[in-house]
Amino acid sequence: MAKKESSFVNMVITLFVVTGVAALALGGVYNLTKEPIAIAKRLKIEKAIGEVLPEFDSITEFKSMPEGGKDSLTFYQATKAGEPVGTAVRTYTDDGFSGRFWIMVGFVDGDVISGTSVLEHKETPGLGDKMSTAWADQFKGKNLNDFNLKVKKDGGDVDAITAATISSRAFCDATERAYDELKKQGGN
Amino acid sequence: MNQVQNFTKGFIKDNPVFVLLLGLCPTLAVTSTAINGLGMGLATTFVLVMSNIVVSLIKSQIPDKVRIPSFIVIIASFVTIVELTMQAYVPDLFESLGIFIPLIVVNCVVLGRAEAFASKNNLGSSIIDGLGMGLGFSFALTLLGAVRELFGSGSFFGMKFIPGDAILVFILSPGAFITLGYLIALLNRMKKA
Repeated sequence: MAKKESSFVNMVITLFVVTGVAALALGGVYNLTKEPIAIAKRLKIEKAIGEVLPEFDSITEFKSMPEGGKDSLTFYQATKAGEPVGTAVRTYTDDGFSGRFWIMVGFVDGDVISGTSVLEHKETPGLGDKMSTAWADQFKGKNLNDFNLKVKKDGGDVDAITAATISSRAFCDATERAYDELKKQGGN
Repeated sequence: MNQVQNFTKGFIKDNPVFVLLLGLCPTLAVTSTAINGLGMGLATTFVLVMSNIVVSLIKSQIPDKVRIPSFIVIIASFVTIVELTMQAYVPDLFESLGIFIPLIVVNCVVLGRAEAFASKNNLGSSIIDGLGMGLGFSFALTLLGAVRELFGSGSFFGMKFIPGDAILVFILSPGAFITLGYLIALLNRMKKA
């Protein structure tokens, strides 16, 4: 077959057909994958809630904008057989070594941290990213009425990660933000 | 050139990473583990093969002056398909590859093969070329990722066999350059011998 000539009409038709077919194909794929993507996202959130809270069977979700914050926090109030078991808070900090990161913090009995889980972060591999390892276990079971949520260097009770004080500070900041907002919402 | 050579040239002789030095941005950025390298490589392979197929099929219908924009639209569509599919079925891998999946669009290997090979050859050769180049790219990325993971985290494909920390610099950016440099040197040495 001979090559098509680069005339104005030919070029317009070609580009129109190419983009049209591409748009149709993408629309189709988007429709096909919309549901699996939503399921994958929800599973990830549910898994994180499961890591930070004791066993539960139903969740109510609401969002709240912290004062002076740049984004809203999401609260997941968990109940088991109608009884409240605790609240998981999807919270963030902007003080990370590489900007913002998101963590999930679970609270039971209003002031006690039941667990933490890192959702997404860009901290340095091998240094700051140790916050998603056993390091975070030190928060578990701490009552924030008598636990000072600051690294020891700043006069608090938290052991910072070696060579990643900034990430540790930011982790405390995110937790603090979640706790303050939870108090404002009226406890558990 | 026969079809066997056409297929194998992507591995050693014309390897996109080690010899042509194309597509280095994803190469250096995502290869902190072998799995990441393999995932990136396979995603690129899919895009390469599919865009080679389409470009080779419609090459006579595309006027010369609009060929690059047409190729880019075709490539970008396949990349978006890969992106949506990965997000739906392998969300963890998608997250660790992050921004580098959409950036396959501007990977010079893909446009390079469409322009230099698929737009001049028939369907069969184009598929084999895309497959060979893509697998060569995957091989290079997996090798790079495996070496960096081995030294940097003391593990192989996620299986940890050295407890604690290893040589951190290998999973940071400088480690990517150092490892790539040594691998290229090694390959050149092997080719001379």
